[in-house]
Amino acid sequence: MVREAHIQPLNTVARAGRFGPYGGRYVPETLMAALEELEAAYESAKQDQEFQNEFERLLRQYAGRPTPLFHAARLTENLGGARIYLKREDLLHTGAHKINNCIGQGLLARRMNKKRVIAETGAGQHGVASATVCALFGFECVVYMGSEDMRRQELNVFRMRLLGAEVRPVNSGSCTLKDAINEAMRDWVTNVRTTHYLLGSVLGAHPYPVMVRDFHRCIGREARQQILEQAGRLPNAVIACVGGGSNAMGVFYEFLPDKQVKLIGVEAGGRGSDLGEHAARFRGGSPGVLQGSYSYVLQNDAGQIATTHSVSAGLDYPSIGPEHAALHDSGRAEYVAASDAEALEACVTLARTEGIVPALESAHAVAECIRRAPGMKKDEIVVVNISGRGDKDMGILTRELKL
Amino acid sequence: MIAFEHKPGLVAYLTCGDPDLATTHAVALAAIDAGADVIELGIPFSDPVADGPVIQRASERALHSGTSLRQCIALGADLRKARPKAGLIIFSYLNPVLRIGVSSFAQQLASAKIDGALIIDLTIEEAGEYIETMRAHGLAAVFLAAPTSTDGRLKAIAERSRGFTYAVSRTGITGEQQQIAADAAQLVTRVRQFSSLPVAVGFGISNAEQFQAVGEFADAAVIGSAIVAIMEKHGRNSAEPVANFIRGLRVGKSVAQAER
Repeated sequence: MVREAHIQPLNTVARAGRFGPYGGRYVPETLMAALEELEAAYESAKQDQEFQNEFERLLRQYAGRPTPLFHAARLTENLGGARIYLKREDLLHTGAHKINNCIGQGLLARRMNKKRVIAETGAGQHGVASATVCALFGFECVVYMGSEDMRRQELNVFRMRLLGAEVRPVNSGSCTLKDAINEAMRDWVTNVRTTHYLLGSVLGAHPYPVMVRDFHRCIGREARQQILEQAGRLPNAVIACVGGGSNAMGVFYEFLPDKQVKLIGVEAGGRGSDLGEHAARFRGGSPGVLQGSYSYVLQNDAGQIATTHSVSAGLDYPSIGPEHAALHDSGRAEYVAASDAEALEACVTLARTEGIVPALESAHAVAECIRRAPGMKKDEIVVVNISGRGDKDMGILTRELKL
Repeated sequence: MIAFEHKPGLVAYLTCGDPDLATTHAVALAAIDAGADVIELGIPFSDPVADGPVIQRASERALHSGTSLRQCIALGADLRKARPKAGLIIFSYLNPVLRIGVSSFAQQLASAKIDGALIIDLTIEEAGEYIETMRAHGLAAVFLAAPTSTDGRLKAIAERSRGFTYAVSRTGITGEQQQIAADAAQLVTRVRQFSSLPVAVGFGISNAEQFQAVGEFADAAVIGSAIVAIMEKHGRNSAEPVANFIRGLRVGKSVAQAER
């Protein structure tokens, strides 16, 4: 097991890009200039009303925001406890929340005059959203994807190709999301002068965790306003799945000051509690540096990164966004895990009670809702972020469910 | 100690534990005897984002044989006893170092009489405590300078580096290339504005022609993937072919190329 006594952060100086001790910028020197350029471009875009207007316009007219908040009456009734509301990010263009961040970073790439975009993808949703935005803006697009994930999510591979992107298989390590990020970083370090790396989660070196979160803040901003309109008060709990953690940060962020609202992140419990059988970083992980950021990491005693497992490719990753690490340590958010089996069952339950098939990632959040809601009072409220839709998972569902 | 006695100097990178530590030991001694001034003891890591396919594969083999940072430091101590004057540097990603802890890492290096370390994903901004700890133990912290580094960054890198400054020949990952980019010579000139430390150029230098070309403008060249590729081919019997390759660099004969 992990020997906690040896773990110490290198540097806890508070500055931009740090969440408590977590975050930072741990990359080869070659990338530093690009990260500084990106940070400057992002800071100036934040102040630029024209940029913000264009971002808002595309979210509205292209992506389909705002997404509805839907009262899941039958699921509520069946569980017999808290009133359940679903934030319908699954209804967005391309089928998941990922498009929010891709539009934002696409506009930034245009602002930095970079016409080649690279991205990594796990479940393929970020890859599809990247390919989509590149088509919209006329960028060249290369998506790195683990060969195992390509097999699991072949429909999305075809969608990316249809959209004009080149999908490059990654055959190193566990052939999943982590390895795709390694390969994207290698591409970026080589082509850094002409290429923007469209990182798809609240991971990596500063400014990515802050920037990606900000591009997803609309999720929580809408949900907070919608629940106030529909229920007349704030929810008792907000639940979201956490791979890297972008949909969770997006929906949590606006609720952070509302201390009475519990924020619950659901990690992939996989098929067991041994290292390698799950992707629950807060159950068996410890602080370390992976792919640019200091956060909780599943690793062995020698600091080698562990392999992970989850039925959902989008949660199958050994580290977690650094802001989640800080929210975990401060206790502001609570992190739990749902197993493969629980997620699959939750997927079926939501499909049959509400006619909504969630992505297997989002089904982890639904699973936690199913566990938690019956123990809550009927006048309590839970908001579940349905970060994506399950169309991409039909192959896996066909194999796993044998209906 | 880090001193480039030969002109140009040669830094030889080895992935420790590929295929096992005994081989690394034998190859390191052979490389020193053949004229390497500094040995970089590469610590295998599961996610080597700065490395090309050759070193990625070597890292996988080394991890497969169970190689850890502690064992590599012990290997350094053995090499020091055998070759008191050779330069010995640990070349690692940050996470294995963090597991040991920065101060314990520095203590272990000092007691092994290793000269210093280069941590490839630790930039100067994040390295405050590391630099202080290394200095307190009399160890050299080597940092990378890249063609994309601004003058401000190069100045800070040059000021903080000890032993030598490692100039990355081009934007990219480790691995062989056809030509040494004009980037490299420019970068060495820029680094020298800020520091009188020796400058070693690395990434992509794989044959005698390139080695001697780099010698025209830099103090030393780092050769990594070309050596690791020879070891991939010869496995446990790599000492002699690596030594021949290194001697060939100096006489202008490129054994690595001839072998392929």
